[in-house]
Amino acid sequence: MKFAVPLILFASLVGFLGAGLWRDPHLVPSPLIDRPAPSFRLARLDEPRQTLSPEDLRGKVWLLNTWASWCVSCRQEHPLLLALARTGVVPIYGLNYKDERADALDWLNEMGNPYVANVQDADGRVGIDYGVYGVPETYLIDKAGVIRYKQIGTLTLKALEEKILPMVRDLNGGNP
Amino acid sequence: MNGVLLMMAILIGPAGDSDLEQRVMKLSQEFRCLVCQNETIADSHADLAADLRQQIREQMIAGRTDSEITSYLTDRYGDFVLYRPRVTPKTYALWFGPFALLAGGLYVLFGYVKRWPQSSTNRPLSEEEHRRVERLLQLKSNPNVAVYRDQLAEMDLDERDREDLQRRLLDDCRN
Repeated sequence: MKFAVPLILFASLVGFLGAGLWRDPHLVPSPLIDRPAPSFRLARLDEPRQTLSPEDLRGKVWLLNTWASWCVSCRQEHPLLLALARTGVVPIYGLNYKDERADALDWLNEMGNPYVANVQDADGRVGIDYGVYGVPETYLIDKAGVIRYKQIGTLTLKALEEKILPMVRDLNGGNP
Repeated sequence: MNGVLLMMAILIGPAGDSDLEQRVMKLSQEFRCLVCQNETIADSHADLAADLRQQIREQMIAGRTDSEITSYLTDRYGDFVLYRPRVTPKTYALWFGPFALLAGGLYVLFGYVKRWPQSSTNRPLSEEEHRRVERLLQLKSNPNVAVYRDQLAEMDLDERDREDLQRRLLDDCRN
């Protein structure tokens, strides 16, 4: 009985520290969830004279995937993006972040191109608007242009199956 | 006018204006680099930190205030970007928790100290006090004394416990 209070204090301390062990400090929750996707109008990677803006995609549920040819984890998630693109469930647009155009085009030639279109964010300015702090990051944007989900880091099959695809189905009104 | 200033500032370049640079570095120290999370944007060599310093610089040139620039960053990266967390109900535990724990610890500590036997520092009982103890223990009718007598009769008392009891007996009977 005498040790009840210290024991409870100790147990709660262990609880807090233990919970901290299982959290990834690199996952910083984005304040942009459920907020309108920041606007931009950027040159397309394949055809720099044409531009693309999120406003052009109103009425669609789509993914914005930030990537770069220098990004190692992007190679890791790439097969999954290719597979997702083949299913045609959700269009993937790419934000080519702080990259050289030639390098990015080479990379797509070599690895395959899952993107409907890519835009060039050469100075990373749009990346900052989206709160990007480490590529790859993937945003799910709804028909009204609101960010509904953000995947920080490599896209995983688990995240895709458990989070993104069910949300895509819901946002499309249940009809894929 | 602003446009002209902006152009001039860009032409002169960041190194041209040491006041501005000082302001940039000072404000940058308030923000956490999201890549190397224990560094400020001012200290970090990460690309993103350099980009964000550049953003801060450009916004200062454009005449934005420090608090406008702060909300620019928290809008994008959340409160996490603040190196010094805001004092809000959500962060009360963070700000005041350590002081509360310290106060609680001191309270408990003082409680223990107060109950520490006084005698451990006292001198041993004098001859005269021993005689008074013997006399008091003879008082058969006093129930208080009877309690002391029983306790002193216990087998496993060490010398210091015995002295404590005797001293308390003296204290009790003085009143």
